[in-house]
Amino acid sequence: MSNNPFPLEKPDLLKAYRTMRTIREFEERLHIEFARGDIPGFVHLYAGEEACAAGVMMHLTDIDRIASTHRGHGHCIAKGVDVHEMMAEIYGKATGACRGKGGSMHIADLSKGMMGANGILGAGAPLICGAGLAAKFRGDGGVGVTFFGDGASNQGTVLESMNLAAIWKLPVLFVVENNGYAEATSVNYATAIDSFIDRATGFGLPAMAVDGTDFFAVYEAAGELIRRAREGGGPALLECRMVRFFGHFEGDAQTYKAKGENDFNRANRDCLNLFAERVLEVGIVSTEEIEAIDRELLLLIEASVTAAKAAPLPAPRDLTADVYVSY
Amino acid sequence: MARKISFKQAINEALDLEMRRDPTVILLGEDIVGGAGGKGEEDAWGGVLGVTKGLHAKYPGRLLDTPLSESAYIGAAIGAACCGMRPVAELMFLDFMGVCFDQILNQAAKFNYMFGGKARTPVTIRAMVGAGFRAAAQHSQMLTPLFTHIPGLKVVCPSNAYDAKGLLIQSIRDNDPVIFCEHKNLYGHEVDVPAEAYALPFGEANIVRDGRDVTIVTYGLMVHRAVEAAAVLAKQGIEAEVIDLRTLSPIDWDTVIESVETTGRLVVVDEAHPRCSLATDVAAYVAQHAFGALKAAPQMVTAPHTPVPFSPVLEDLYLPTADVIATAVSRITAREKLVA
Repeated sequence: MSNNPFPLEKPDLLKAYRTMRTIREFEERLHIEFARGDIPGFVHLYAGEEACAAGVMMHLTDIDRIASTHRGHGHCIAKGVDVHEMMAEIYGKATGACRGKGGSMHIADLSKGMMGANGILGAGAPLICGAGLAAKFRGDGGVGVTFFGDGASNQGTVLESMNLAAIWKLPVLFVVENNGYAEATSVNYATAIDSFIDRATGFGLPAMAVDGTDFFAVYEAAGELIRRAREGGGPALLECRMVRFFGHFEGDAQTYKAKGENDFNRANRDCLNLFAERVLEVGIVSTEEIEAIDRELLLLIEASVTAAKAAPLPAPRDLTADVYVSY
Repeated sequence: MARKISFKQAINEALDLEMRRDPTVILLGEDIVGGAGGKGEEDAWGGVLGVTKGLHAKYPGRLLDTPLSESAYIGAAIGAACCGMRPVAELMFLDFMGVCFDQILNQAAKFNYMFGGKARTPVTIRAMVGAGFRAAAQHSQMLTPLFTHIPGLKVVCPSNAYDAKGLLIQSIRDNDPVIFCEHKNLYGHEVDVPAEAYALPFGEANIVRDGRDVTIVTYGLMVHRAVEAAAVLAKQGIEAEVIDLRTLSPIDWDTVIESVETTGRLVVVDEAHPRCSLATDVAAYVAQHAFGALKAAPQMVTAPHTPVPFSPVLEDLYLPTADVIATAVSRITAREKLVA
């Protein structure tokens, strides 16, 4: 393809779009289903942030590990966790990725290198150091990526882990998903630096900051830092500046946001629209191809919801199962 | 071939044998090599009390000195365990758990359950416990009940070198996260220990001394105090059975209940604080499951509900002694002995 200005060939462009659209469809549907009251507990939606998960995960395979956050659906999907199993898990069903015992905040699939969404902010950073350490001992070229928000960036675990990864030169990438809010508290209030690059510099880590709504910016920066880590160059930090279309959790009235902020972001900073506009403009991908993916994923998510609702509940005996491997 | 070695040597030997057997066993901790990056000897310490001394030379690259970042390196050990390694992390003093508790409580302990039985976290966290070292309030606690309360964790607290070696080997081979408590006042204690590798199963208590009159249930350093008390009591015609629990989670209820059904009397000795401890746990379990066999109210001998004091005179008062244990036994045996 001579007329391709992008760093990916067409099949990978379609793959990236498919990943982001799957996440979007999944989250938009959960927004509706949650409001109906069918989903137990609470959910934190990733809509608006898809370019980050997709842009990073395009560089990873199953030997690479990720440690996610409370807002983990996007990371799971981009890392290849089965969408049906995820949906069933969120509905608390026996067919869920964690047999209904984890829920939205604890979806994991270790066979895919997904070490878990995590209800404790910043807890993934030490864990991913361990994944990096294991990869180093195995010598298989695997890398670990931990995601955390601007809020969790202030956890001691994250700061300690950046230092640990740096001194041990671990193949680890720290991805700050800076969506501007720690729950309701603005990053400008809670963090005394303008860029997380400054924080990385303090730990001797190379770092890049990109527009997290721009898939290509994330893809290229993550690619460079992950390649470096894979080749033994050590850890790095990537800050993705992004927007969160929904609240901290579903049901959050979001009164801490400016009036019209969500509408503006949806109109001007939608990573899916921005991606589609660019690939369509060049003509490398057609409108029909995009629409075909959209239709297909609409059906996939519809099917996952239908299946999840019909799926069996965990049995009473499951309450006490799997506390230990053996006891 | 058995020979007398210390508790400390037994730990070292267990680590050595498992590192030799299994290349995925790695050690992490503060100064477990000691001297890393300094201008003197690289293997200067081998742990703050020399427990890991010599292993660095045998297994270069597999002992990792860590920065003083307990959350990061305990978490890294847990993360590595999820990725195919069998790390043994040393938390110098169990008291330091306060700075890394999340990684134990919310991460390691919950992965298997929370992820639907699909996670394996074979990590061992070794830590010094216990009072009597003049180390004051933040380096002397017996925090075992904090960990026995948490589903998903196994908790081990051996009383002698033989058990320490076999239980540590089992801990490393075990597929669940294990909190391995080493009483610092037992490090120098010697018993016969076989040179070869052996694993002692979890959940099997050891009857240290047979007796028909009263059951003393305990673990760790207090086993020795209980045995001392039993010797004193024997001179008064009271035969105490002393049960060393060895592992606190899982716990060997069968041995405890069988003993109480024979003796009809229970004294639980726990170096931890009195509330919500192993003492209350065992007393409650026996009250519920062997009430009919009891001839007297179960007695609890514990440290007081205070932090560990520094001044030796106070610390000696803090720790249960053989005298205090013997007195507790006398409280529930005295009348019958007088009648007899």
